[in-house]
Amino acid sequence: MSVLVDDDTRVVVQGITGGEGKFHAEQMMEYGTNVVAGAVPGKGGQEVNGVPVYDTVHQAVEEENADTSVIFVPPAFAGDAVFESLDSDLDLAVAITEGIPTQDMARVNKRLSETDTRLIGPNCPGLITPGEAKLGILPGNIFAEGNVGLVSRSGTLTYQVVDNLTNRGIGQTTAIGIGGDPIIGTDFVDALELFENDPDTDAIVMCGEIGGEDEEEAAAFIDDHVDTPVAGFIAGRTAPPGKRMGHAGAIVSGSGTGTAESKINALNDAGVPVGDTPEEVADHIEEFLA
Amino acid sequence: MVMKLHEYQAKQVFADAGIPTPASQLASDVDGVVAAADEVGYPVAIKAQVQVGGRGKAGGIKLVDDEDEAREAADEILGMDLKGYHVGSVLVEEAVDFVNELYVGITMDRGEGKPVAMVSTKGGVNIEEVAEEDPDAIAREHIDPSFGMHPYQARKAVYDAGVDQAVARDVSSVLMTLYELWDDRDGSDAEINPLMVTADDEVIAADAVMNIDEDALFRQPELAEMEAEAASTGDDLEQKADEYGFDYVRLEGNTGIIGNGAGLVMTTLDLVDYYGGEPANFLDVGGGAKADRIANALDMVFSDDNVDSVVFNIFGGITRGDEVAKGINEALEQFDEIPKPVVVRLAGTNWEEGMEILNEDLVTVEQTLEDAVQRAVEYAGEVNE
Repeated sequence: MSVLVDDDTRVVVQGITGGEGKFHAEQMMEYGTNVVAGAVPGKGGQEVNGVPVYDTVHQAVEEENADTSVIFVPPAFAGDAVFESLDSDLDLAVAITEGIPTQDMARVNKRLSETDTRLIGPNCPGLITPGEAKLGILPGNIFAEGNVGLVSRSGTLTYQVVDNLTNRGIGQTTAIGIGGDPIIGTDFVDALELFENDPDTDAIVMCGEIGGEDEEEAAAFIDDHVDTPVAGFIAGRTAPPGKRMGHAGAIVSGSGTGTAESKINALNDAGVPVGDTPEEVADHIEEFLA
Repeated sequence: MVMKLHEYQAKQVFADAGIPTPASQLASDVDGVVAAADEVGYPVAIKAQVQVGGRGKAGGIKLVDDEDEAREAADEILGMDLKGYHVGSVLVEEAVDFVNELYVGITMDRGEGKPVAMVSTKGGVNIEEVAEEDPDAIAREHIDPSFGMHPYQARKAVYDAGVDQAVARDVSSVLMTLYELWDDRDGSDAEINPLMVTADDEVIAADAVMNIDEDALFRQPELAEMEAEAASTGDDLEQKADEYGFDYVRLEGNTGIIGNGAGLVMTTLDLVDYYGGEPANFLDVGGGAKADRIANALDMVFSDDNVDSVVFNIFGGITRGDEVAKGINEALEQFDEIPKPVVVRLAGTNWEEGMEILNEDLVTVEQTLEDAVQRAVEYAGEVNE
């Protein structure tokens, strides 16, 4: 079992003829992902890696029964591409693109509340169910099949923590990178709920970072609704206020909100141990599973 | 990331949209200030044009009544170091006689994923303090970005805040204009603090903040030009990082840090601190960096005099270990003697190929993140002894 993606997922890649789109479509297929179509305006009728390309996402859904989209469209056009996927009756859209204007995402966010499609990202590495399928740019070889669900705001930090787990023989049900932007589709609470309801997920890792209040909200949700044991990690303990640490969302505001301390305290209060190092996170998970 | 307009730039944008602003002129030398003050008419406020809050308290804003005072104030403010920023120009502005100071602002509420309009009668002070100590003193109205702000919402925010009826109509109108500007210009924050109310019940924007979403500059060419003008006063190393296109933040410590991906680089900083060291910087080379970019990153960190050792931590997803190794070799082979010890940890995509290429005579290699950080902290400590 897993959440959101498995080997039945039928994927359309938006932007499959671009450099990134083409490369990662190929990587996804090599991993075993069922990529059934590409969608690029003006490129309908072509093939990429043997995959038929359509001019619109609607056509890809109609002709190939695609149910999931992975978006590799440049930032200026990505907001529009997300709208197209939301209006095409897909189950899931995954926006990899970094640098989408925030006001475009506010409009997307409004539309999300009116559709049944789930959005992951933007500015995220995607998600993977080891041994079955991956949607996005995560390096498949570091993951292993297992019973730990992982959700993270950061791509490479996900890889680091997964590496600490896999090296100890602890595999994953699904790993989800939710993205580092201020406005994202699926947040910690959504992902925690999915893992809580997945009978094969026996423990959860949650990797947060400074900025916003999503981790605090997640802590409250865990306290009330999650029985599966959760271990946490928070990046940015040493970040000075007012300086953005890479991610558009990773900033401690001048008035002191969004600090690592507030997030760690909230998680601890909800009974979630927070590792000082990625290695310590793996220690906690190992204890949960023992 | 946001691009911050200078006050004089933001005021120009606001004035062009019809928001009342005081008469003002920009000046960059003492004679220029005097000439500007003559034109505007005494008394005038002389205001340092740097993008930091609390300019007044830091001595960057002076009210003057005549030419002698203007000369003295201009001489003092021009060229001063204001919270780490060099003051290269001042705005000479008509001093407004006011009876009340209001606050109006538009920002993105990230928790709600929607813009929010804010109005308060407690203007003229740090609004973040007001938000913390007396949150009810700020009226908030969330806006559906697909419709924009309805006029009733502007009125509602203004009346909820308790703004005097005599000026409510004008304040609502300023708030509507501010939202339209925020929306049209891809603002992340637009605020007027204070919005002054005069004895004749007129409103006038005595300060102006306009921060733009950098990700949207591609469709805001006019503002992108202003950025070139605005960008010239920051930290030298941070400017160099801008040229290289790195996400870089300079800190106070002596362990230099280079990595890929914001979360992992932040984690590396935290580990330096955890193991008893002090991070000198945050430097994210981003995804898929090639050899020349890696070499530039090392050059960046080496040019910070505070740095005594460097930890290079790459976990490759789309970044490839062989490219990283090539870049490190390239950067280090040009030195007869390596200026600062470099600890390298490579994992993920092509890390084995990277380890074959990496010239291990020039660097210290560690297998895990924890070991690499501890080693770099140890090196940085040795230099201090």
